[in-house]
Amino acid sequence: MRFVINDTDIETDIDPRTSLLDLLREQIGLTGTKKGCNQGACGACTVLVDGERILSCLALAVQYEGRQVTTVEGLADQAGLHPLQKAFIEHDGFQCGYCTPGQLCSAIGMAAELQRGLPSHVTGDLSAMAIRATREELAERMSGNLCRCGAHNGIIDAIDEVFGERRGQQGYDAEMPEKVA
Amino acid sequence: MSIVKDAAEAAKGLAQAVTKKAIEVAPDGWVPGGTPDPLIRNQHGHVGKPVSRIDGPLKVQGAARFAAEFTLYGMTYASVLFSTITKGRIATLDTADAEAAPGVVLVMTYRNAPRMRPMPAFGSNRMAAGGDDLPVMQDDRVHWNGQPVALVLADTQEQADHAKSLIRIGYEAEAATTSFEAAKADGTEPGQFQGDPLQVTIGDAETVLASAAFKVDETYRTPRHSHAAIEPHAATVMWDGDMLVVHDATQAVTHTAWSLAHMFGIEQDKVRVTSPYVGGGFGSKTLWQHQVLGAAAAKLADRPVRIVLSREGVFRIVGGRSLTEQRFAIGAEKDGCFTAMIHTGTTIMTPHSAMPEPFIVATRSGYAADSFKMEVRVARIDMVANTFMRAPGEAVGTFAMECAIDELADRMGIDPIELRIKNEPEKDPTVGTPFSSRNIVEAYRAGAERFGWARRQPPGARREGEWLVGLGCATGTYPYYRMPGGVARISIGRDGHACASVAAHEMGMGTATAHTQVVAERLGLPLDQVTVEYGDSRLPGLFLAGGSQQSAAIGAAIIAAHRALVVELLKLAGNDSPLAGLKPEEVGGLDGGLAKLDEPARWESYASILARAQRAELSVEAAAPAPIENQHWSMHSYSALFCEARVNAVTGEVRIARFLGSFDCGRILNAKTAASQFRGGIIMGLGLALTEETAFDERTGRVMSASLAEYHIPAHLDVPAIDVMWTNIPDPHTPMGARGIGEIGITGTGAAVANAIYNATGRRIRDLPITLDKLLSAGIG
Ligand code: FES
Ligand code: FES
Repeated sequence: MRFVINDTDIETDIDPRTSLLDLLREQIGLTGTKKGCNQGACGACTVLVDGERILSCLALAVQYEGRQVTTVEGLADQAGLHPLQKAFIEHDGFQCGYCTPGQLCSAIGMAAELQRGLPSHVTGDLSAMAIRATREELAERMSGNLCRCGAHNGIIDAIDEVFGERRGQQGYDAEMPEKVA
Repeated sequence: MSIVKDAAEAAKGLAQAVTKKAIEVAPDGWVPGGTPDPLIRNQHGHVGKPVSRIDGPLKVQGAARFAAEFTLYGMTYASVLFSTITKGRIATLDTADAEAAPGVVLVMTYRNAPRMRPMPAFGSNRMAAGGDDLPVMQDDRVHWNGQPVALVLADTQEQADHAKSLIRIGYEAEAATTSFEAAKADGTEPGQFQGDPLQVTIGDAETVLASAAFKVDETYRTPRHSHAAIEPHAATVMWDGDMLVVHDATQAVTHTAWSLAHMFGIEQDKVRVTSPYVGGGFGSKTLWQHQVLGAAAAKLADRPVRIVLSREGVFRIVGGRSLTEQRFAIGAEKDGCFTAMIHTGTTIMTPHSAMPEPFIVATRSGYAADSFKMEVRVARIDMVANTFMRAPGEAVGTFAMECAIDELADRMGIDPIELRIKNEPEKDPTVGTPFSSRNIVEAYRAGAERFGWARRQPPGARREGEWLVGLGCATGTYPYYRMPGGVARISIGRDGHACASVAAHEMGMGTATAHTQVVAERLGLPLDQVTVEYGDSRLPGLFLAGGSQQSAAIGAAIIAAHRALVVELLKLAGNDSPLAGLKPEEVGGLDGGLAKLDEPARWESYASILARAQRAELSVEAAAPAPIENQHWSMHSYSALFCEARVNAVTGEVRIARFLGSFDCGRILNAKTAASQFRGGIIMGLGLALTEETAFDERTGRVMSASLAEYHIPAHLDVPAIDVMWTNIPDPHTPMGARGIGEIGITGTGAAVANAIYNATGRRIRDLPITLDKLLSAGIG
């Protein structure tokens, strides 16, 4: 089967029971994506598929044949780290770093959801033209990504810097990497 | 026999008591830390700077390699089957279908597992790392519900998991003790912690309490907690000839190597344990059965093994914090001075665990009082061995103590901060030793100011729409420890690059970064000229990333190694150097070399010294002195915590709107990573206060909340912006002037939240976690 992972074509035979997460970690050797629970409860395994965030532990690899999968290993480019990766370092948005790849991919997928105007549980005005990327919005939308080290403040600070309302109108457009936007 | 033994014990006890007394009364200069670490004087070096984590770029790119991410040639995958009864024996065992399933390499049970000694439990030897002292898959006995009873090895994880489902086991169950009430009815015993009885009696506290002008006397309950590190326990294991190599996720590499060697009956140097990154530990990443099973299966199959516990598996075989039922009573004079403090109660252990939750530890040095009575009693039940979890004892003990003080202040109509300050002890209230550095009052004053404590209103007075709003505070405290066994090596090359090597751990605390700063400053080097090597049992020293003591242990070992390095460098420098004739204590690191402290022009670079001596490198190793400073001084980290809670008057839901931690932990080594440690501890404390409880079925002895969907840790929206600040007053008696920062954050947080909820609602919940059902039954809504 043919997979497209971080813009690279990969041909591999797989056991149809294999999850996308295990395909990445055990077969392709992309161990950046983490397994925290293997049952959809922690978000550590979050990757982007055609720019949308999914939990790769709950996804069978065979469903993603030929689709654009982006993992944490694919966020940086020749120009260097993705702005969000830099912001995570600057704001100390991690301690052990085990939830980090999931937080990063999730935040990038989340920014696209905000941009598309998808409301969340805490969105006040559902008919507004644009949703304000307040800290509360960001925190609500990131709540599927658990962090036990307690790096929550640094994570939200980093996301706020790159995608939050502080960045103003053109905010996240400028920062969306092309391959996942 | 027993008389002889008793006499021997008594003699040992007497000898210990005499030594203890001698340490207490020894001149300061004889005790490590008697002379302040010279590093404390430097105010403008690397130490204290908010340096970003040196492993940050790796971690944000997913390039930091964790235990389950080492790939070995011919590797097999393990899947573990857990018992479904609590106690009894395996009566029938049919593994034929599993063995015949595709890809299966072998099925291991007690019948074919290699022979091994039982797990050496923590405390049984200074290098023991086991959570219990049970044999691992050696017989048909079942000791807890969830014990590993079989392991399948296969070429892929999918094959191993499938084959496991084909194993058929029949059990003969026996009666087990699985409820707290039944365990208490069976009788309790006194708890022992670190070799000492968990008991303090000074004066007649009960009588004093009975006649006190004001008093509180309440029972506080805390449930079981799980560490719930996001990285599940895992190991990648291989036998290379007679050498066992374990890529582990552990906070105790050397302890684990020794313990595995002991179990397999081989020399310690035949086991190598690495642990370069750990995805969170909090006390849980020690030796449990999975590493042993992985090594045993690798031996049996003669192939490398990857063993990753499922999330359920972590809950089944890795114990957590045990529950407590604590009585806390305080008697006070009319002026608020405490006359009696009573802190007693019961916790649960298993028949084979090594750790009674020592909930009185913080009370021993918290406040002045005329009389004290403290005791931890232990009841035993059959379940997975409980163990230490972040701030064992203090996290739950301070909940009782700091709520009780709040209750007393409320009854007396005194501000709870003033009541605490009124009872601030001048020396350790139960041991009598002086404090090394205690600035809790400053921490309170500064925190209260920044938090706006003065705006606090009487209980139930502030309402904003549906929300009742309240402020609460509490003190946190955690002892300074330094465990024995610290050894460090420092190597310096002709290129001026230095490497410090310690068998220590980086689980996200910031250890590698902070100690790079410390070593660079001692040596007078820029940060990029220093490497700190860690996470490998082949490196020097015995370090435990636990008890908030790793930095002190590393720091003391580095001081010793640095001293030895300077001695060697001066020898090498010889008579042609500007340093000729100087003594080690007269020089220090400066600009990539050594300089006379009061005459920096007398300087020579490391490169030049080594070049003249025709040496490519100089490498020295030295051991830290015995850690007796905390017997000479009473040494603790402190915090003053402030919380604003909002409680929904209709639903009883609680939201934490604001939180501030004001810390007094000596000198802060890295402002950025330290702030994260403080926040991380506080956030775990928010979980302890509001959501966390390992649900346990008292009928079957089984953990019910064996997933992250059912064990509720704080998520992003539960966590407000947490403000942290610190006194930054160096402790004159510790390496670098620093005290521990890893566990202090969780201590006191439960009480700060409970006290804020009380202030919001006028309702006192003494049973954690404070969930909305408890608030509703207390009359909210
Ligand atoms: S590993 Fe996928 S959600 Fe936890
Ligand atoms: S950084 Fe450790 S779990 Fe988030």
